[in-house]
This record gives sequence, structure tokens and C-alpha cells, in this order.
Amino acid sequence: MAHLPRRTHSILLILSFQICFSTIFAVFGSVFFQEEFSEELLLKPLPDRKVLAHFHFETTAPPLSTSHGRHHHLFPKAIAQLVQKFHVKEMELSFTQGRWNYDRWGGFDPISSSNAKPPGVELWAVFDVPKDQVDASWKNLTHTLSGLFCASINFLESSTTYSTHEWGFHPSSGGLRYGTLPREAVCTENLTPWLKLLPCRDKAGLSALLDRPSIYRGFYHSQRLHLTSSEFHSSGVESGIVLEQALTVVLQPNSHKMSKTFSSETKLQPSWSLSSIFGRKVTGRCILAKTSNVYLQLERGLVTGLENLQKDNMITGPDHVGSGGLKDNPGFELSVRPDKMFKEVNSLHGKSSSILYEYSIERYSVFEPFDLGLTWKFPVVWSCPRAPLHSSRFLMGSGNQRGTIAISFTSTDLEEGFLSANIGEESCKLQADIFQVVPWYIKAYYHTLRVFVDGQPEAITNVVEKMHVSPSEDKESPGVMELVLKFPCAVKSAALTLEFDKGFLHIDEYPPDANQGFDIPSAVIIFPNFQTSMHYLEDNSSNKSPMLSKFQEKSPVLSYTEVLLVPLTTPDFSMPYNVITITCTVFALYFGSLLNVLRRRVGEEERILKNSASKKAGRLPQLLSRLSAKLRGKEWEPPQSPSTSSSFISSKLILKVFIVAGVAVFWQYYSE
Amino acid sequence: MGESESENEAPKVKLRPIVRLGMFLISHSHLLSVVCCTAGVLTLLLLPLLAKNTYISENALMPGSANPMLSSQEVSEANGLVKDLTSLDLKRMASGIESQRLIAQYMSNLGAEVSFQKFYPQSNQFHPLHFFSSPDSATIRENISCSSYGLNTVGIIRAPRGDGKEAIVLVTPYNSEKIGLGEALSLGIAYSVFSLLTRVTWLAKDIIWVVADSKYGEYAAVDAWLRDYYIPVFSGLGIQNAEMCHGLEENTIRERNMRDGFKRAGTMAAALVIKVADRSEQFEDSLSIYAEASNGQMPNLDLINIVNYLAVHRQGLRIKVEKMWSLLNCKWLKILGEILESLGHLAKNLNPQWKFGIPAADYVEGTATLTSSLYYQALGIPTGPHGAFRDYQVDAVTLEISSRVSSNNKGRQNDFLLRGGRLIEGVIRSVNNLLEKFHQSFFLYLLTSPSKFLSVGVYMITFALLVSSLPMVAASLYAHANNLDPSFEKNESNHPASAADELGITLRSWKWLYAAKKVLVVHLWGAVVLLLPYFICQIPNCTPTTSFVVWVLLSIFSLLILFWILGSPFSYVYASQPQQREWALLKSVTISAAFIGLCLMSVINFATAEIGALLMVPMCLMAHPLKLDVKSRKLRNFSRVACNLALGFIGFPPTAFLVFKGVFEGFDGISVGDFWNWLESIWAWSSATYLYIGMIHLPCWILCIHVILHPC
Repeated sequence: MAHLPRRTHSILLILSFQICFSTIFAVFGSVFFQEEFSEELLLKPLPDRKVLAHFHFETTAPPLSTSHGRHHHLFPKAIAQLVQKFHVKEMELSFTQGRWNYDRWGGFDPISSSNAKPPGVELWAVFDVPKDQVDASWKNLTHTLSGLFCASINFLESSTTYSTHEWGFHPSSGGLRYGTLPREAVCTENLTPWLKLLPCRDKAGLSALLDRPSIYRGFYHSQRLHLTSSEFHSSGVESGIVLEQALTVVLQPNSHKMSKTFSSETKLQPSWSLSSIFGRKVTGRCILAKTSNVYLQLERGLVTGLENLQKDNMITGPDHVGSGGLKDNPGFELSVRPDKMFKEVNSLHGKSSSILYEYSIERYSVFEPFDLGLTWKFPVVWSCPRAPLHSSRFLMGSGNQRGTIAISFTSTDLEEGFLSANIGEESCKLQADIFQVVPWYIKAYYHTLRVFVDGQPEAITNVVEKMHVSPSEDKESPGVMELVLKFPCAVKSAALTLEFDKGFLHIDEYPPDANQGFDIPSAVIIFPNFQTSMHYLEDNSSNKSPMLSKFQEKSPVLSYTEVLLVPLTTPDFSMPYNVITITCTVFALYFGSLLNVLRRRVGEEERILKNSASKKAGRLPQLLSRLSAKLRGKEWEPPQSPSTSSSFISSKLILKVFIVAGVAVFWQYYSE
Repeated sequence: MGESESENEAPKVKLRPIVRLGMFLISHSHLLSVVCCTAGVLTLLLLPLLAKNTYISENALMPGSANPMLSSQEVSEANGLVKDLTSLDLKRMASGIESQRLIAQYMSNLGAEVSFQKFYPQSNQFHPLHFFSSPDSATIRENISCSSYGLNTVGIIRAPRGDGKEAIVLVTPYNSEKIGLGEALSLGIAYSVFSLLTRVTWLAKDIIWVVADSKYGEYAAVDAWLRDYYIPVFSGLGIQNAEMCHGLEENTIRERNMRDGFKRAGTMAAALVIKVADRSEQFEDSLSIYAEASNGQMPNLDLINIVNYLAVHRQGLRIKVEKMWSLLNCKWLKILGEILESLGHLAKNLNPQWKFGIPAADYVEGTATLTSSLYYQALGIPTGPHGAFRDYQVDAVTLEISSRVSSNNKGRQNDFLLRGGRLIEGVIRSVNNLLEKFHQSFFLYLLTSPSKFLSVGVYMITFALLVSSLPMVAASLYAHANNLDPSFEKNESNHPASAADELGITLRSWKWLYAAKKVLVVHLWGAVVLLLPYFICQIPNCTPTTSFVVWVLLSIFSLLILFWILGSPFSYVYASQPQQREWALLKSVTISAAFIGLCLMSVINFATAEIGALLMVPMCLMAHPLKLDVKSRKLRNFSRVACNLALGFIGFPPTAFLVFKGVFEGFDGISVGDFWNWLESIWAWSSATYLYIGMIHLPCWILCIHVILHPC
């Protein structure tokens, strides 16, 4: 696009190029004033030798009233239509593969609390329609999205899979629907339509990095689409539609050569570069993007570790004394010098704050691709900030009849100063909200809810401050449990148990083949007292990056628990076949005997029997008739009149048969 | 029979065919019962011929379709672990916790999540009411001393792209106090697989590696871990005790994190217990498979099939299944095998498509394997730590690998680790492929060799044949006892039946109730006998022989008391009546009770029912009062007396046990105390066989003896 059109012989071609140009200018003009697109990539080394890459694309469209009607330049038309058709106020759709490791990858930063999602598909949406139309809108929305993203989101249509909730998960005033499909397999077929929503697709800009094999080889892959629109806000400022697309991947750089050297003590972190983890380089920005930046984030813990390292180095060798800050830090080396460096503004944490390096990729091109590399020089060990309580959920009990869902919390040893700074009281309380959707085939008994704090059973009223339960209805709606728990701050471990019965499914509700079990979707655990926000000191606030401003937003710490698998009783599906066979046999016997009774004439039969019995027979037939008479339960009458021809089996015949058979056996035996 | 009555009536009433068939069966019950019994025994002997080759039923398993990825690199790492463990043992410094720490260190270096699980040994106590109850979390742990606890080390690999709903479990039991080379090697095999699995991309299920501390027994450690996994206790003693007993210094925060979290991964799909035998094989590396869990439950046949397939066709290991070794040298079995072989040849000559003959050696081997398979299923005691998994509906199997030479030859050991590791890797990969539960293949089967099996449809024929004669004989005895009396009366006096006579007939037709009462009382006594060992156990310093003798004496005493209280009244109310038929009624009711009991048992543990039927059915059928036989001095009667005595001797559980033990293991050094020990082990594992012996077998034997000694 940036190349100037050459003069050619054909006028027609020139003409066409001019048309082309004019459209480009038009696009540019509109971008500048109305629709905006920005692309950003955040890279972050993780403590367990992995690298987090977080792509963030944001497209905004002005409100309908100020733009050119239904025409869009950058904003995907499909999404705009969807918003207008179903009056979506807010919506979030995520496709995730793998599990976010809250212990090692962090649970207390904006990335983890907004981008760590349960495996499979999660969708929630807020509609701006009257209450009675919400369900219909949801149904239509799920169908549209399933078409748009090549996924079976339409299974969320049935009321057994989605639920409404009051206050637990997302503060909204009704009209919110929430549903998850833990079983959905996520792959490129879902990524491609997602990329199609970007103005440059994956042809240029940062999205060109998304090499499918390398991103799906990762340990975690989550693509997210978040939509806010204020089209239908009755009051307040109209900001149009904001479409935020984020892709979070956790990748493992290859590090076999390096790990050998330090295997005795702490290992050196693997070095990586964009080309080594993605297999591609950034060959320039998406020309339609307003901002196109790459960030490298160093966590608080890492910065502390590096500072310690620097101090040690200062003591041992005075080489690095002159260099200021962490720009020439001893721990690692960057292949590209950053354009800017931000420090996190933190008032709470006394220790060091995290650092963000910014690279603007506007000046890179195909000839000079951007390939950020990070080479570690010394091993650094650090840990991620974690949520105040580590939560895990599991099933208890065995057998096909009943079980127990347990959610256990363990304290993650937050710094005490942090807790006290946050609340600053002696009798402080740690609040945790739980939002749990239970499918109807798990018949949860909410009265059996029990709470244990530090290994002691606790009265529910002491801990549970607020509770909202809507029991499930068979084949109608799932059960929803929302709890507000208040633990004492010094809590070390806590557990919640909820008993359930495993229900029976109708035959057509089972999957067609033998199954591994049924899923209980993740519970959402929210810590509303703890806000994640990262505020970076920036030089000028005029061209604020959308991702960083997103980080600044205060949002509660949120984590998802594991998906659970409940093995339900699976009937033997060959049983219908057996039943059919047995009933057919019974029917045949019944009708056979009925017919027999109907057409039998007893007197006639006895006469015939007498006649036949009176005929003389050989020894064997005599025996046979004796036996048959015995079987019939009659007295055997000895034959009276002689007869020869009519007897079916005569002794001579039998003798002949035996002789022939013997000869045959003999012949066979000796011919072999 | 009914003919004598119906003869008088002018129009013959034609009975329904089913009734006629029944009457026919009853009238020929003697012949039929003999035929059925012999056919049952014959089919039991023919079972090794009927065994089918195993095949992998579930296509998704695809064993051996991928090349093994385990390389010498993992093996050399594993060798490091083996060396560290054995040297640790040589140094003997701070035994116990040190080895667990070492293993945990190795695990966490691989990037696995590591946690420790502390457990206390549970004494084997007899809980009379704990049969069939699921494992109970509320077992009171009394007198736990801080020093005596086991420490399991658990490492979990999360599948990178999996959803964490399912997990595959690897178990390596080892004694933390004294690590043998075999145990160290088994840890090495598991470690090599584990370290491979941290890097593979195909993993869909999480991998849990449980290093079970077998200080207090392998089963106990695995069972304790499973109990914590499935039925954790949130409140109460456990945690407090753990807090109090913190004698150990925890150095780092990391280690403390390992300690307090019991880590979990989803539903278990399958479990493999890996052991390396300390003894060495003579010829080649071999693999023993143990699969029997409590009450004769078996894992899905497909799991055994995968192991068998991979071991034989990929790793070149020789597979062994448990056998009755003494049967291999059995003369008559060899002769029978040869006869069957020649019969098979003959049949093949007649028609080349008839292929039922197998070589005599195979037959003998198959019989030995089948016998042990039957015996271990009937015993109801798990044959290894895998049994603990079956209680939670997890398919599990124990693999015991033994190497050819147990020398310290380095290359040899590497090769051994590589082969073992590749086998485990292949099995895990197959199970990992599985999208659903194990469901495709058999759960009820007997093995006649590692690659041959008998499905339930085949081996139940034997049982059905044996048992089918029981109701026939019972019915015929009942019919005889009821109908012969009126015919006598008719012959004596032909006058019309008076009202008193009618009453007599109705009373007589209800006479079986008294017999039933007697049978019920004896069965109740059986329940009492079952409970007696609980009290005998409380007696301190008791040798097995004395406790057995005490048990027998108490049982006889209780039997006498019961007879004195309950048994006496009916015996003299009808003393005036001819007692001729009383024994027949009693035998009939006994046989019905035995039939019901055997059928019930066949649902719970088929193998027990089969062996029980083999012992009990001939005894029940043959029982005949000695007095009658002795009176009519004929050869036939004397042979019957001999049979009765022999069967009565064999049918008594202790003598049966001792005789079979003597036959299989040699008669020297056998004492009645062995039976007591055997019985104790059965109830300690709460096997249903114990209930069977006490509630069904023993009462039936008593009743049969009662019939034999009946004063008529």
C-alpha cells in the first residue's frame, strides 16, 4: 500500500490506481477522526521459564448518530450488525485451551484477572432490551456467534446451559446471561474468524506473528472478544462501540542447550526472541492502526530480583556501577533498545515496582524486521503476585449415586503489610465471592453447604454474609449459587462442601457413544476487596495506549476454578436391543400358544393319536413314543394293530444310516 | 406322582406343557442331577480349551502405534536418581524423610507440582459391620504417635493443553526406611517416564506420580492417599495432629507449600502400579501382571491387553500371570490334556474346521493359570496396591518387572530402565488416547494365560450346570415327601376323607415349615459363628491354633444352645408321625437354601460361588441318612455311604482348606492354625468370601451332616 504507483503505459491502470488511492485516503481520513484501531503486544517472562504474550487489538466505532450511518471503514460489520440487531450492551466471548496456572503465572494482575478464562468457551452478554425479550435475544446471539466463530456456541441456547444471576459475577442490572461450554475444543477454525475481524487480518502488523503451529503448541491459549457499546444507553455519553480483542498465549521457549550448564543449582531462564517463540518476526505495523506497540513487562518480583543481583554485582565487581537504573541491568540483555521505559506508580507496595519497556514498531519494515530478543545472563528466581487465596475445586466421594463438590481455599501468604494497608483494621475480613453454576443433572442440595475455616467447622452464618441460590429445575434450568464469604484475615485454609446426587438423564440426552462423564463448569471466585490496577507513569497522556489504560481500570481480582468431570451412570445402550428381543420372544410365545389353543380340536387329535399308537412300530419308535407320551403327561398305550409302511423311522433305515455314517467317518479318517 | 390320582377320573385332565416338563424333570431328577453335575465338572475341566485369544477391543487405544520417545537421556537422568537413592541408603543418614525430600527435589526440578501426604497406619481391626460399606473417612484414628507416620510424595504434571478433567496415576511403592535396589529401579523407571511426560506435546490427561511410602504396607499407603483424594477430612484431628507433630524443620517456604497443599487432578482414568522384583529371572526379562482387586473385581480387560501387547510385541518381555505351580507337575492333568489333545486331533481329521484341541502342555499351563485366577478372585483379597483403586471404580493393574540379572552392570541396568520405561510410556500413551472411560472390553473374565481369557458367558456355564440340579432335586424330594404319604394311606384304608384327615393333610403339607425353621436356625448360627472371631481376637497372646480350637468349641457350644432353645419343640410334636420323610423335607429345604445362597454369591463374587458349588453341590445331592443305607446292606448303599463320608469330610471348610493346601503345597508343616490365619486375612480385607463361608457353606454342611446322621 505504501508504494507509489508507477507510471505505466496503460491509462486504465493509472485510473484504477488513482481510485485506489482515493479510497485509501478516505480510509485514513475516517480513521483519524472516527473509527480507530490499535494493536499492541505485551511480552512478559514468567517465573517458570515460560513467556507470556498478550496481544491486544482494539477497534472503536463512533455512535451511529455521528458516523456515516451503517457504513464502517475499520470496524467489522458483522459485529456492528450484531450489536444493533440484538441490542447488546456488553458482551464477552472467550475461547480457551489449557489452564491458567494461577500459582506460577500470577493471579493478581490485570492480565490474569481479565484474560485467564476457563477451558472451552465462555460467553456472557448484557442486553438492553425489556426483560422478557432477554432470553430470545440471547438465543439469537448464541446462534449468530456460533456461525461467526465456527463453534458450537449454539448449545448455549437451551436454558439448561445458561443462567442469569443477581450480583455475584458481574455487576449489572439484570439482562445478563452467562454460559460456558467446557467441552468445546478450540483450534484454528475459531482463530481465523476472530482474526478476520481485524482490519489487517493476520497479513500485516503484530497479528502477523500469529503462526498457528507455534501458538497452539503453547501451554495456554485464550482468545477473547470483549464488546461494549453505548448505543442504547438511555442516558450518559455515547461512546459508540468498543471492540477489544485479546489473545493470550503462554509459550515455552526452547532451551535445551542452556539448561544443562546450570543444572546443579538454579537454572538459567531460557533466552528467547520473537522469532524463536513465534517463528516469525514483525515486519512492520498494520498501516491502519493508530498505535502499534510492543511492550516488555518485568514483574515486581523480577525487578526486585534484578536489583538484588545488581547489588551483589556491585559488591563483587564494579563494572556496572556507572550505568543507571535497570537499563543496563546485569540479569539479561535485550537485543533491541527500548524506545521508552515506564515505571509502575505504586503507593501500596513499598518494594520495587514493575517496569515496562515500550517499542514502537512504526519504523520497522520488511527489510528491517523487528525481532525482540531477551538473553538471560544470570539466573533469577522470582514469584508472581498471587491472589489472596488460592482456590481449588474438586469432587469428593465415589460411586454413581452421590458426591460432594468441595471448594478449598488456602492462603497464599500475601505480604502482611499489603493486607493491613488495604484494610488497616484488627478485625479485618477477607471477602470472597463465589459464583457457581451447577447443571441440572447434578442435583445439588444447598442446605448441605458446610464451611470449614482452618480445619474447624464453622456456622454458615458466621462466614456467609450473603447468599443467593436458585435451585435447578430438571431439564429446565441449571442451579446457581452465589455466595459472599467473609473470612478472617488470618485465615490459613478454608473449605466449602456441597453435597449432590447424580441425576438420571433421558436416553437422548446422553452423548451417542460411551462418554467420559459430564462437566461441571468452573466456579468464579472474586475478591472484591482487592483491585488489580497497574498505573504506569507516562510522559504525555495524549496518546494513551488502550492496553495500558485497560490495565489502569480498577477491577476486582478474579479467578476461575477447575472444570470438574462427573461420571454419571451410563445405561447399557445395548439394553433396548435386548428388551426388543425379549419382548418379541414373549409375544411370539404368547401368540403361538394362543393360536394353538384356538385351532386345536382335542377330540379329533386324540382319535388320531389312538390310531397312530395302535399301529405297530419297531423298538426305537416304541421307545420314542413312550418318551413323548411321558412328556405329554399321558399314560402310554402299547400299540395294538400292526403296521409297517406308515412308521416314519424303521429299524432298517436307521441301520442303513449308521452304516453309511460309519463308512464316511472311516473314509475321512484314513484319507487324511 | 399325580398319575395315581388322575387315573380314577374319567376325562383325563391335560396339564399345561410347562407343568408337564417340570414333572418330567422332577421324576427324572436323579438321572438329571447326576448328568448336570458331571457335565458341570467336565466343562470346568474343558474351560482351558474354550479360552479365546484376547484382542484390543477399544480402537481408540491404539497401543504401540506411536514410536516410543523415551531416550537414553531420560534413562541417564533416572540412573542418577537410582544412584542417589541407593547411596542415600548406604549412608543411612536421617532415614525416612531424606529420601522423600530427594524424590521431591527431583520431581520439582522437572517442573511438576509436588506435595507430601502424611498418613498414619491403620491397624487391621475387625469391624463386623463394615462389610460392603464404602471406605469410611470417619475412622477414628486413635493413639497416633508422632513418630510413626508414612509420607507419600506426590508429583503432578498438568497436561499443557488438557482441561485437567482426567488423570492417569503412576504408583511406585517403596520402603522409605530401607530402599532396595528393586525399589530404586522402579522409582527410576517411573522417573524416566515422568521426565519424558513433562516435555511431550500429546498429553491430554494429567499425570499423577504417587511415590507411596510402603513402610506400613504398600496397600495401606496407596489406600491412605486415595482416601485423602476422595474423602478428605476438613475438620478435626488430622490437621491438628499434623500441626502438633511438626518435628521436622521446614527450611524453605517452598517446602512448606509442598506440605500443606494436597494437590489434586481430576477424575482418575487408570492407574499403574510399577514394581521391580528383587529376585532375578534366569532367562529373560519378564513382567508379571496382578489384577485381582477386592471381591474378585478385575480391571477392564483392555488394560491388561495393552500391557500384554506392548510388553510382548514392543519390548520383548515375557509376560507371566500367577499360576498354581504345583498343578504343572500333576500327572492326571497331563493325561487329561493328552486325551483332549488326541480328541482334538481326531476331530480335526474328521473336519478340518473343528479346532478345539490344544497341546497338552498348554492345557496343563492353562489349567494352572485358570486355577490361580479362580482362587485369587474367590479369595477376595487384592493381590497388590492396585486393589485400592478398584474400590473407587478406577481400573488399575500392578506390573512387576523382573530383570534377567541383578548385577550392577551399568549397560544392563540402562537397558532394563529403557525397556521398562518404554512399556509404561506406551501404556500411558494408550490410556491417554482414550476419550471415554474404559468400557469396551470385559470386566468379568478369567485368564488362562496372559493372552487368553474366558468371558463370563463361558465360565458361567459350569456354574449353571452345577447349580441347576439343586432346585430339581429339592422339588422332587418335596414332592416325594408330600405325595407318598397319601398314597400309603389310600392303600391302607379306602374310606372317604374325613374332616380330621383333611386337617392332617393340610398340616402335613405345611410340614416343610419346620424343616425351614431348622434351616433358618442353623443359618442364624452361621451368622453367630461369623461374629465369634471378633471376640476371640480380643484374647491376648493367642496362637492361631488355640484361637481356632476356641472358635470351634464356641461354635459347637452355641450350636447346642441354639438347638436346645429353638430346635427342640418340633421334634417331638410330630414324633408320633413317621419320621421317614422328615429327613427328605429337611434335605429339600437345605438344598433350596444352598441354591439361593450360591446364586446370591455368584452375583457378588462369581469365583467364590463357583468353587463353593463345586464343593457343596455333590455333598448336598448325595446326603442320605446312614441308618437307612446301613439297614439295606447292598453294595450300592455302601458306596453311597462312602461317598457321603468323603464328601462330608471335604465339604467342611477347614478340612477342605487343609486338604487343598496339602495337595498344592505339600502336607508337611500344616496345622489347623493355618486355617485360622487364612480366615483372619479374609476378614481383615472384608472379603465377601468370609460371609459366604459362614452364612452359606458352613450351615449347609451342618445340615447335610444332620441329614446323614438322621435317626430315621
